[in-house]
Amino acid sequence: MALVERKYVDGRDGRLSEATAGDFIALLKPRVMSLVVFTAFVGMVLAPATPNPLLAVIAILAIAVGAGAAGALNMWYDADIDAKMTRTVGRPLPRGRVAPGEALGFGLFLSAFSVMTLGLMANWLAASLLAFTIFFYVVIYTMWLKRSTPQNIVIGGAAGALPPVIGWAAITGTVTLESLVLFLIIFLWTPPHFWALALFKTGDYARAGIPMMPNVAGEEHTKRQIFAYAVLVAVSGLLPSVLGFASIAYGAIAAVLGCGFVWYSWRVLKMDQGDRTMGPAKALFAYSLVYLFAIFAVLLLDGMISRIGA
Amino acid sequence: MPDDDDRIKPTEKQLKARRNRSIAIALALAAFVIIVYLGSLMKLGSSLFDRAM
Repeated sequence: MALVERKYVDGRDGRLSEATAGDFIALLKPRVMSLVVFTAFVGMVLAPATPNPLLAVIAILAIAVGAGAAGALNMWYDADIDAKMTRTVGRPLPRGRVAPGEALGFGLFLSAFSVMTLGLMANWLAASLLAFTIFFYVVIYTMWLKRSTPQNIVIGGAAGALPPVIGWAAITGTVTLESLVLFLIIFLWTPPHFWALALFKTGDYARAGIPMMPNVAGEEHTKRQIFAYAVLVAVSGLLPSVLGFASIAYGAIAAVLGCGFVWYSWRVLKMDQGDRTMGPAKALFAYSLVYLFAIFAVLLLDGMISRIGA
Repeated sequence: MPDDDDRIKPTEKQLKARRNRSIAIALALAAFVIIVYLGSLMKLGSSLFDRAM
């Protein structure tokens, strides 16, 4: 039976760690990571070059690990406010499953590891973009904007929008207008997605002291902002077709999906102020996830068909 | 040499968690070695063997 000197024991409360591999995987925010992987993959497929499949898989893995590392560093920094919100109280740090030092070390190590791997196996432009994404998410969004301005997720959304640009850069070694259009779609999608959530989680955000738009500017102002962004999302969804790197068929589907986004946002705009069930806001939140997945899935399919046809 | 009092005995749960973490680290390292090996082969291609003996 192994004996351990006390000085090596985790200092929190004199206990040895009971964290399992699953707790560390939870630090990587697997659901966010899956969206990052998917959008980065679409960026790769749409890029006008044919990569070595194995190197493409390694690049995707590096991007996924980099995104996960940013998630772990976010959980390390936000452990205090995560403990106050019902949505995040079950995370490994608030539950005491993982010590802050463990999460910090894990996040820093994986950040360096993922950037170096992407640089060596793809190119250093993609690696620099990944490093910038991690920095932007952890330092600019998590440490600075999140607790200081209701525009937190507007500006911070840039971090979540960069994966397709990284995927594109990993294959071509360039950043072009096409990849920036993919960035724009996710960037504009982020505010209505998170503000819909913030509308029915105002209590959570108030307890944690996070200045989300509904808590600072009120529900009515937030609803108007959501609707304005929804219109912009619908228009930006058409750009791949307008700019000629997606087909007319994609454009038609994007138009239908965009109309859906505007419709759900309209329902939020017209939501009764006394409606505490927040049905339309919950419906918009769910639809926004479907929208982003569907837009990128159709782009992926469209890109694959045009490659086969070429 | 520390006194026995200065040392603690891990519980079954702690030992199980440590074993779980150790297996995960081993698998991750093994996967990393394979990825770097195959990735290097792909990246360098035939030039890997194009050198003076």
